[in-house]
Amino acid sequence: MFDKDALKKIKTAQDEWEKQILDKALVREKERKAVFTSISGEPIERLYTPLDVSDFDYNDQLGYPGGYPFTRGVQPTMYRGRFWTMRQYAGFGSARESNARYRYLLEQGQTGLSVAFDLPTQAGYDSDHPLSMGEVGKVGVAIDYIGDMRVLFDKIPLDKVTTSMTINAPATVLLAMYLAIADEQGISYEKLGGTVQNDILKEITVRGQYIYPPQPSMKLTVDLIEYCFKNVPRWNSISISGYHIREAGSTAAQEAAFTIADGIAYVQACVERGLTVDKFAPRLSFFFNAFTNVVEEVAKFRAARRVWAKIMQERFGAKDPRSLMLRFHVQTGGVTLTAQQPLNNIIRVTLQAYAAALGGCQSLHTNSYDEALCLPTEQAVTVALRTQQIVAEESGAADSIDPLAGSYMVEALTDKIEKQINDYLEKIDRMGGTLKAIEENYIQKEIQQSSYRFQKEIETGERVYVGINKYTMEEPPPANLLKVDMKVGEMENEKLRKVRAARDAKKWGKALENLKQVSVAGQNVMPAVIEAVKAEATIGEICNVWREVYGEYKPKQSF
Amino acid sequence: MNKDRKIRIVLAKPGLDGHDRGAKLLARIFMEAGMEVIYTGLRQTPEMIVATARQEDADVIGLSSLSGVHNYFFPRVMELLKEKSMDDVLVVGGGIIPDEDIVGLKKAGIAAIFGPGTPTTEIVEFIRANVRK
Repeated sequence: MFDKDALKKIKTAQDEWEKQILDKALVREKERKAVFTSISGEPIERLYTPLDVSDFDYNDQLGYPGGYPFTRGVQPTMYRGRFWTMRQYAGFGSARESNARYRYLLEQGQTGLSVAFDLPTQAGYDSDHPLSMGEVGKVGVAIDYIGDMRVLFDKIPLDKVTTSMTINAPATVLLAMYLAIADEQGISYEKLGGTVQNDILKEITVRGQYIYPPQPSMKLTVDLIEYCFKNVPRWNSISISGYHIREAGSTAAQEAAFTIADGIAYVQACVERGLTVDKFAPRLSFFFNAFTNVVEEVAKFRAARRVWAKIMQERFGAKDPRSLMLRFHVQTGGVTLTAQQPLNNIIRVTLQAYAAALGGCQSLHTNSYDEALCLPTEQAVTVALRTQQIVAEESGAADSIDPLAGSYMVEALTDKIEKQINDYLEKIDRMGGTLKAIEENYIQKEIQQSSYRFQKEIETGERVYVGINKYTMEEPPPANLLKVDMKVGEMENEKLRKVRAARDAKKWGKALENLKQVSVAGQNVMPAVIEAVKAEATIGEICNVWREVYGEYKPKQSF
Repeated sequence: MNKDRKIRIVLAKPGLDGHDRGAKLLARIFMEAGMEVIYTGLRQTPEMIVATARQEDADVIGLSSLSGVHNYFFPRVMELLKEKSMDDVLVVGGGIIPDEDIVGLKKAGIAAIFGPGTPTTEIVEFIRANVRK
């Protein structure tokens, strides 16, 4: 960006400034801290100047939006064309209650659905399984069989909305149910848009909703990806997720690095299946967190886009520009919310949403201020949605593309995070790849180390957290918290009993037997899963077929 | 209890909740505080937790839940401890637990509930002060 002479002059002027002005100011008054660090623990300089980006090359490192290396964004017009999709993750209780919440959100101007499933559904258990006790309908909606899915999307035309489903180990089953509902609504698969998370590696490292060992889990993941690009062309067949890595305590750079490492493993697995990279890669999508330090987050998003584009081009030989684009959803940082003085969380979410917009996200979920206390109430969800509407409509963040580009600090941090990501990727490659690094608990331990550092900083007061270790106050106990009816569990059990009694037992048995054969033979399971859900097999019954064929995953514990 | 014996604590994740950042962090904090820590991992039933506590001769059980099932799981652990005559084991809980539920949990025998933002030093001190002597 600057020639040598110009840099020399800048350096001379900076030295002069330090001697004549800065040093004297520091004698008069010391700075607040000896070392300033970001929330990720990264040192932050007093001042960034052209000297910090001295070998910066605009065309190589930034380019133009919609073009390689996509640092500035994946679309040529970004939000000047249309805003990011406002997508609030929601779901609780029964399918009927969740359907009402979705219809409310759509009426309020939300543009896409995001389905939260309860833990039994995520872990592939029916509502009446012993481990489901107390969990049915708690953190998401309980889906046992196709009838629940029918109610969940009642009066929501599947060709008019896009639907994101946070489902991983049993992703094939929930996608199969969605496709079956599309069949019932008379909508062809080409018209369906949405995402399944389908990211099993981060379940194993940080999120905990795994069922099967890594290898067969990867097989199911690739089955879904393969089926989608052949049959459901607008569907994002995976959402490679750093969100939960960050929630588990990682730094910003680790979040990007381990997510991209997972991404490499998925692309590798698809290539090994014999799929052509430019066929499936355009439908890969990503999911990141946004914390409150706006500049660090923006740098992370930009660095991640650049690293991914290079990997896809150089390592996997992708040619289609869409294969090189890191398109991502953002959720604001759940773990940054405090139970103390919960209204302060609205401000945190605002800064985080602003960072996501400045960082060029494709869709966004803003958390509700009461989420450190309970599941969000309707009022809190509305404020959260309004927050992103204000960022979109009033802040100006959506009017010019990648508006922080060219800031010495933003470019310096982007370069630094890019380097940190690449260092991690190199290390993981040397260990023998992502699966190996996970197996050896390397990724998990790196994250736990960062989590520990952060906790210590809070407890020593080195890092201020408002309402936690500074500006604390006595508060009345919080009121108006959302309660999920414990009766949901009993109702679901009663429903399951009826479904099992009423369904066509012959058709059901045949479908499950076929699924087993296909699974043992190592064929793509998707068509057999669709047949099974249509025969009213439950999620637990389908997942049990694979528990038998593949076994269950038992992680090694480390802390 | 032998004075030289370290405090033995079983940290457990009841139910299907996968949020274990707090549990793993505390495992390390307790170890650094000189305790013996057994972390059960995820997906534990109350029966499994109590069996582990018995097998490990635990002085303390720490239950962590962020998915809203504490009202079911925590009292059930207490019931089972009573059945096995292990009610001198100190049981504490943590996670996302509304204030209004704490009274009921304490009545069931949970000694303390530590919510988000609690300094870990406070938890260590509580355990040292209240563990069976």
